[in-house]
Amino acid sequence: MAAPETSTAAVPTLYTNNTLRNAFGGVLSFFILLLIGVMAFSIRLFSVIKYESVIHEFDPYFNYRVTQFLAKNGIYEFWNWFDDRTWYPLGRVIGGTVYPGLTLTAGTIWWLLNSLNIPLSVETVCVFTAPIFSAFASWATYLLTKEVKGTGAGLTAAALLAMVPSYISRSVAGSYDNEAVAIFALIFTFYLYIKTLNTGSLFYATLNSISYFYMVCSWGGYTFIINLIPMHVLLCIVTGRFSSRLYIAYAPLVVLGTLLAALVPVVGFNAVMTSEHFASFLVFIIIHVVAFVYYIKGILSPKMFKVAVTLVVSVGLAVCCAVIAVLIALVASSPTKGWSGRSLSLLDPTYASKYIPIIASVSEHQPPTWPSYFMDINVLAFLVPAGIIACFLPLSDASSFVVLYIATSVYFSGVMVRLMLVLAPAACITSGIALSQAFDVFTGSIKFQLSGASSNTEVDAAETSSSTAESQTDAVKTEKPEETAKNRPSRKSKKKEREHGEKPSTKAKAEKKRLLALPLESSVISLLLLVLLGAFYVVHCVWAAAEAYSAPSIVLTSRSHDGLHVFDDFREAYAWLRHNTDVDDKVASWWDYGYQTTAMANRTVIVDNNTWNNTHIATVGTAMSSPERAAWEIFHSLDVKYVLVVFGGLVGYPSDDINKFLWMVRIGGGVFPHIKEPDYLRDGQYRIDSQATPTMLNCLMYKLSYYRFVETDGKGFDRVRQTEIGKKYFKLTHFEEAFTTHHWMVRIYKLKPPKNRIRGKTKKSKSKTSSTTSSPKRGGTKKKNPWQ
Amino acid sequence: MDAPIRAREALGFILFSLLFSICRSSSLNHLLISNAERRIDLSSHIVKVYLTLKVENAGSTPTSEVFLSFPPTQVDHLATVEALVTKGKRKKTTLVRLDVKPTELPDAPNDAKYFTIYLANPLKSGESTTLEVLYLLTHSQEPFPAEIAQSESQLVYYRDSALILSPYHIKQQTTFIKTPSTKVESFTRVEPSNRAGTEIKYGPYEDHPPYSFSPILIHFENNSPFAVVEELVREVEISHWGNLQVTEQYTLVHAGARHKGVFSRVDFQSRPTLNGASSLRYLLARLPPRVHSVYYRDEIGNISSSHLRTDSRKSELEIEPRYPLFGGWKATFVIGYGLPLQDFLFETSDDRRYLNFTFGCPLLETVVDKLTVKVVLPEGSKDPSAVVPFPVEQHLETKYSYLDVVGRTVVVMEKKNLVPTHNSHFQVYYTFKPIFMLAEPLMLASAFFLFFVACVAYLHIDLSIRK
Repeated sequence: MAAPETSTAAVPTLYTNNTLRNAFGGVLSFFILLLIGVMAFSIRLFSVIKYESVIHEFDPYFNYRVTQFLAKNGIYEFWNWFDDRTWYPLGRVIGGTVYPGLTLTAGTIWWLLNSLNIPLSVETVCVFTAPIFSAFASWATYLLTKEVKGTGAGLTAAALLAMVPSYISRSVAGSYDNEAVAIFALIFTFYLYIKTLNTGSLFYATLNSISYFYMVCSWGGYTFIINLIPMHVLLCIVTGRFSSRLYIAYAPLVVLGTLLAALVPVVGFNAVMTSEHFASFLVFIIIHVVAFVYYIKGILSPKMFKVAVTLVVSVGLAVCCAVIAVLIALVASSPTKGWSGRSLSLLDPTYASKYIPIIASVSEHQPPTWPSYFMDINVLAFLVPAGIIACFLPLSDASSFVVLYIATSVYFSGVMVRLMLVLAPAACITSGIALSQAFDVFTGSIKFQLSGASSNTEVDAAETSSSTAESQTDAVKTEKPEETAKNRPSRKSKKKEREHGEKPSTKAKAEKKRLLALPLESSVISLLLLVLLGAFYVVHCVWAAAEAYSAPSIVLTSRSHDGLHVFDDFREAYAWLRHNTDVDDKVASWWDYGYQTTAMANRTVIVDNNTWNNTHIATVGTAMSSPERAAWEIFHSLDVKYVLVVFGGLVGYPSDDINKFLWMVRIGGGVFPHIKEPDYLRDGQYRIDSQATPTMLNCLMYKLSYYRFVETDGKGFDRVRQTEIGKKYFKLTHFEEAFTTHHWMVRIYKLKPPKNRIRGKTKKSKSKTSSTTSSPKRGGTKKKNPWQ
Repeated sequence: MDAPIRAREALGFILFSLLFSICRSSSLNHLLISNAERRIDLSSHIVKVYLTLKVENAGSTPTSEVFLSFPPTQVDHLATVEALVTKGKRKKTTLVRLDVKPTELPDAPNDAKYFTIYLANPLKSGESTTLEVLYLLTHSQEPFPAEIAQSESQLVYYRDSALILSPYHIKQQTTFIKTPSTKVESFTRVEPSNRAGTEIKYGPYEDHPPYSFSPILIHFENNSPFAVVEELVREVEISHWGNLQVTEQYTLVHAGARHKGVFSRVDFQSRPTLNGASSLRYLLARLPPRVHSVYYRDEIGNISSSHLRTDSRKSELEIEPRYPLFGGWKATFVIGYGLPLQDFLFETSDDRRYLNFTFGCPLLETVVDKLTVKVVLPEGSKDPSAVVPFPVEQHLETKYSYLDVVGRTVVVMEKKNLVPTHNSHFQVYYTFKPIFMLAEPLMLASAFFLFFVACVAYLHIDLSIRK
């Protein structure tokens, strides 16, 4: 917590001519980094301390299950894994449809520990993967920011990232999701890109490709990298910052990175086929053209060059037009313009709600509200503009990248709450720069004011030591005029140059500094205010980590006057399913609970959180919104034995199936048009009380949720909807209650077996059932059930 | 269901045994039982039989062996047989435990199985002694009907013989059967027999020859939950740093009448005595005193419904399974706890150490079908040997735990069909040199040392080709 303050204190000790002090500064910043890592790890342990060491939420359960499989069966079995316990009867090829980075990481850690005879369970490793990687991520942030604005800014940014609530929300212990490792990979890839850009080293360029490969393995968000870096390259070219270092930073990344990305089964040929990757290839061509032009320019005389330009431009334009026309035609021929649904909803925020209800139905795909910005990045939101300004003073290749990064991620976070996560590192980096620069200015002016009367040399020492970034940027500044036309010298020679140039330039700087110095009082007050701001941030982050983001969501607690209540109903139901049903029984539920059912109950599910088959989900949605008999037929044809519904009406758990029900209707109705949303709404209002429509009161979801609910309190008062339910006394004819948990949060029903057919009556009853199910209003049974 | 078949079998058995006993001349015949009283306690699902035998030596040679015989169907369910003899006169009688061992007799009628009680002092001709025998039967109450709905209560059959099966002539015998409630549907009458309250009395019967058998069937209500642990693995890990870590993995099943049809939570919650009367709601585990870091979880995480009560003499852990167990329902869970080592580990005079720990399952009133006790000795310990008061299968394993190199020796003991009376102490002896305790810290220290040395070396080595 004290890291931001200490880090700035460490800054002055760096970059002195005194090697001892330099070494001391290095050791100090090493320990600060170590502490930042420890803090990043330990702030995420609230969930383990307050609850227990358990996997959280939905997707992590799937990842956990995959990791268990990997640990048990090895890597080759993992690649070939066809999972028949989900998406029954279709199944799912896990090896080819999953981003394997997280699983392989945790699997490797587990294997390593076990080969050292440290018998940690797979679950423990999975729970603590995210905190470990957030420590790595804060170190990567340090490296990245250090490349941009020096050590001081790096340490500040690392400390900010270690506890930024947005990132904590995705990486608390137990939140075993792709993002946990992906954010580290993202920042580290950016760092290596900047490092290559600054050094022009092919070694770092290769590392960059490998890091990019790890990112591709880990998360679908890798497309952000492969679009942002080309954008930055393009920006550099347009602003006349093309250099051989830029070429080395970019070209190997595209070639190696694309080749490596294509190795990941889930990406495969998408790495060259889809529009998400198109920008990188376009910029790849452009950078080659630019490099070629610079080369020609170097070997030709200016006059010849002009001739060549006109020749090439006229020919080139014609060729380009042709190529672009072909490309546009190709892209336009595909219905989604070559973009995946999720990417499209990023480009057009209204796309998902219009066309893909399944994406829109996920709460984390909704646009965020203003309070969520304050909640997730807190004071960083105010520091970001200052940081952007600091990035422009002066603008280097690296700082322009940071500006571009923050600008794009702000847009993306505005589209989807989930992408707030991408914004968080950018916000931390810019805020780190802002804070560190502000501290530099204030401490510098305090020092100047205190030693104002003393000799010039002392001032020099104070200045050179006070600002890390300053000296670097100044050096850049001094070089700038000469280097606008030609390529800038490589990093190493630049360093040397700076060392030489520093001595004479200090005098001039001292003059300049004197003008910039603030009055003593105001700088002290400003310093105090900044520290106060930091303290406020720390308090908020700890609160967010402890209270807001540590709940594992499978076990709920509530505090009331008579102590702590634990609602462990989900696991109660899953444990019941696991031990008391046949191992091959199929369980139908809304897709939210698919991953948990397969992982915790070890039972086959019809649909799960990997929403790859919209029709299948629509079938379940249709069954849930159909009357009992029709629903029974759908479920029976899917070989379902148990139906699981989540019901919060008794204890007031708001995210239950009744509240999600309209999405089931919408998704079901999207494929099977006889399900119409207006049938479930009374005057456009969704209600379950006595005013509800008969379709609503007779649908399966209503019946399974409220079956015998009225007997609990005599009235049937639903605590979530705050009303009495509409239909209180009814019987189930095709389902029977198999299990209800202690607080009624999960209710499991068993499908009754079909009635025996009586010989001779077969024909009659058959015609009867068909006539009852295919009422003319519903528009044909054929579409109703795709599996019959 | 198979009651008639069994009855027929039993009838055949009697005829055969009668026939056999007539034409039989054996060394057994010189003993006879002048008076036998049997009390069968059916109040829980573990059947407790207290047998008081007054044995008389009618032969001419002194003998020190008394045989008990059991029908083969009962032997499979027989968990334990204990025998005590009363010593001393009148006021100051003391009970002395006697050795009991299963025995094979070559000419056993109809596969009857035997246990031999070894008397401390041979019974001389004409003398008599009183033996107190206790044996426990598991899985001997058969639910009938085999499937019940939630609101029904659990009815069970108990089969036995009105006459004590014995290789000896019994002059007089009486059997008392105690049922858990007064609700008895039916019982076989073998005159003189009568029922009063929760007790059914058979007898007294006079002068029955050896191997007399008269099958009886009692159909009664038993709503006690039939808690059966199908498999229990107890792992006791000794750490000479002062901790004894116990991990117990349970597979629990309700072995009573299977649950049929609907489970209604509203009925279960509103009328708990009527609905699910035989369901298993909680279990009580009696743990040693000074227990610490107790956890109760299963494969998907912590189970929050447990209470621990500790005092200086014992600790009681009350655990609820995640869901109430109805007949046929299963649950698995793990209980783990740590104990101070000095309470359980002692040194012998010859510098060996031994662990003194309880063998059986700490849950009260449960049957364990299969128990595996694993004692993990610290790394570097030698010559393990286990002393268990009853026969168990033993073998050794090796386990690798935190940073082990050679592995830890594990003494594995297995036993089937256990009841709470098996909770007696067993000892595992081994030798251990305290220097081995330092092996792992030293290893870690040297690993770090080497790492730093490597770092220093790396920083001082210039590997570049060009100078």
